[in-house]
Amino acid sequence: MSDEKDPPSDAEDVKAAAEKEAPKPAAEPAPKPTSVAPKAATPSTPPKAGSIAPKPSSIAPKASSIAPQATGFKPLISARYDIPDAHKLEVAERHGAYKVARRALMGMTPEKLKEEVKAASIRGRGGAGFPAGVKWGFLNPGEGEQVYLVINGDESEPGTFKDRTIMNLDPHRLIEGILITCYAIGAHRCWIYVRGELAHSIKILDAALEEARKKGYVGARPFGKPHEIEIFTHTGAGAYICGEETGLLNSLEGRRGEPRLKPPFPAIKGAFDMPTIVNNIETIAAVPDIIEMGGESWNKLSRLSPGDGGTRLYGISGHVKKPGVYEAPVGISMRDLIDEYGGGMLHDDRPLKGVIPGGSSTPVLRPDWKVDAPNEDHPLHKWHGMSEIDVPMGVDTYRALGTMLGTCCAIVMDSSVNMVEATRNLMRFYKHESCGQCTPCREGSGWLVDVLDQICSGKGSVEDVETLADIANNMMGNTICAFADGTAMPLLGMVQKYREEFVEAAKAGTPLDVRHDASTRDLLEGATA
Amino acid sequence: MAFALTPEREKEVDELLSRYPTKRAALIPILWVCQRQIGWVSPEVIQWVADRLELTTAQVKGVVTFYTMFHQEPVGENVIWVCRTLSCDLRGAKAIQEHLEGKLGCHAGGTSEDGKFTLLKAECLAACGQAPMVQINDDYHENLTLEEVDAILDRYASEEAAQ
Repeated sequence: MSDEKDPPSDAEDVKAAAEKEAPKPAAEPAPKPTSVAPKAATPSTPPKAGSIAPKPSSIAPKASSIAPQATGFKPLISARYDIPDAHKLEVAERHGAYKVARRALMGMTPEKLKEEVKAASIRGRGGAGFPAGVKWGFLNPGEGEQVYLVINGDESEPGTFKDRTIMNLDPHRLIEGILITCYAIGAHRCWIYVRGELAHSIKILDAALEEARKKGYVGARPFGKPHEIEIFTHTGAGAYICGEETGLLNSLEGRRGEPRLKPPFPAIKGAFDMPTIVNNIETIAAVPDIIEMGGESWNKLSRLSPGDGGTRLYGISGHVKKPGVYEAPVGISMRDLIDEYGGGMLHDDRPLKGVIPGGSSTPVLRPDWKVDAPNEDHPLHKWHGMSEIDVPMGVDTYRALGTMLGTCCAIVMDSSVNMVEATRNLMRFYKHESCGQCTPCREGSGWLVDVLDQICSGKGSVEDVETLADIANNMMGNTICAFADGTAMPLLGMVQKYREEFVEAAKAGTPLDVRHDASTRDLLEGATA
Repeated sequence: MAFALTPEREKEVDELLSRYPTKRAALIPILWVCQRQIGWVSPEVIQWVADRLELTTAQVKGVVTFYTMFHQEPVGENVIWVCRTLSCDLRGAKAIQEHLEGKLGCHAGGTSEDGKFTLLKAECLAACGQAPMVQINDDYHENLTLEEVDAILDRYASEEAAQ
């Protein structure tokens, strides 16, 4: 493979590492919002003897906490994250779980529920940003057809780790959302598709479902309502493409996770050839709050209301002091996310170089690039002349900016990162994950890696940069699903915004000391930065 | 030798089959049950699953080869997946991988000589905010330092010894 050897690390030299905090159990309160100075070492908690299962870190990622919130902000989706044992039904219920589902099933009509979700204008949280209420409206089951609900918990987009917090910390919110949704769309059966790697999350979900079944909330008569709802988990087995909704359906049916040609869309012909709604975990977990508050009030929590409503989970990883998952209104800026929630850049002397805003398939933002919207009717005119990272994070605003909001989970890169290497890392991912059905994607994703390998090893030429763009342009729009576009777009964004770096690398390669991971060795070894 | 599940796992298979309107839909979950029993998906497993679900072995194998988590050859007692995708790489995943390679005496893709650990590279494991991280069997180990990697390996090794 293309993994050149760095000088081997010497275990003897490893000092007590870690400016970072040890993983915390779910029970512990959020880390204080004060910044963690890079070398203020917090000794890491030694692992408990005899216990192999790393429960704390698995169940509660340390930073799944609620961030320094704007005053008056009340978290919704993550409201129970910091309550100890909120994954247990009894605890969750004491803190309000199933209250809304009971009311919805017993006292509201499916039509009313659908109206509220439509009024909420919740844009799908899985990446495409399609309004969930509109999607539900596509259902039109024929005689004898069963409607199915399938929850997408494949969470595989690099940089994305938000749905896992819902499954691990508050599975009952998801189950409550499923119950309401099933009733609203007339479904009696739901599968939660979870990627196979998240074995712990699946265990937690299964246990929560078992509890809900025992209580009678899931089953023949939820809360006494004669509308049977059965919910099952379905375990994947490692394939990014299963996050694509029709790839997911094939995988659910026991096939290779190869996306299907559309139309027909799943709402017409989905799982087991039946009309099916596929929604992301976070989308469905938001449904109880939408019903409780009313769609319109929930919508107004957003700074981009009414088109893109509510609050959402923001993820942040990479070179920030406090990576993690934070809930905030839709429409905060990337600058807010990095500085206010992420605690600022990891090293004070290394400024932000670029940020991939919503999972690896979304084109990079460059802070020194300005919004160019002099025309008054341009949707981003208000931000004309400001940095790209000052534009509010919304599905439509980011589209107007030439990128995508995706899963709303940012990967932050500081000045030490070589963008050619970062691009190569991501392209290796796409090469590995292309399902191979369509030639432009199967071959193109491999060629991109080949050309990047050549550039990085110093055997490239300046024309190779054009070759990269050429390959990417020939992948886009020529395949069954959006994977090829998701590969080509970030590549093109990188080449466009950091062209000088690609040209430089094409001339001379990328030496080891600018490799993006060489700069982080100090984090692991406790050496001086 | 023909493959058979333990009676307990047979019950698990029955339950899985009850979740779907078609038998085939239980294929991936049932492959998991089999892999949990013997550590990999052997040709005998493929035959057994095909018989059980009324599929051809080609249909089953086509699925097995598509998904990275099904092992198509025997692996060590513990399988370590090192996440190497961008967020982890930015926080030192490469150093973690090299450190593991040094400790285990094998490259990624190989198994340590004592058969205790198989080391594999993984693409994004959805723990980007807790980078760098590795998955060992079912468990995530996050926010790693090299020192913690050593401690974790020791724990797995001693747990094995205790059994």
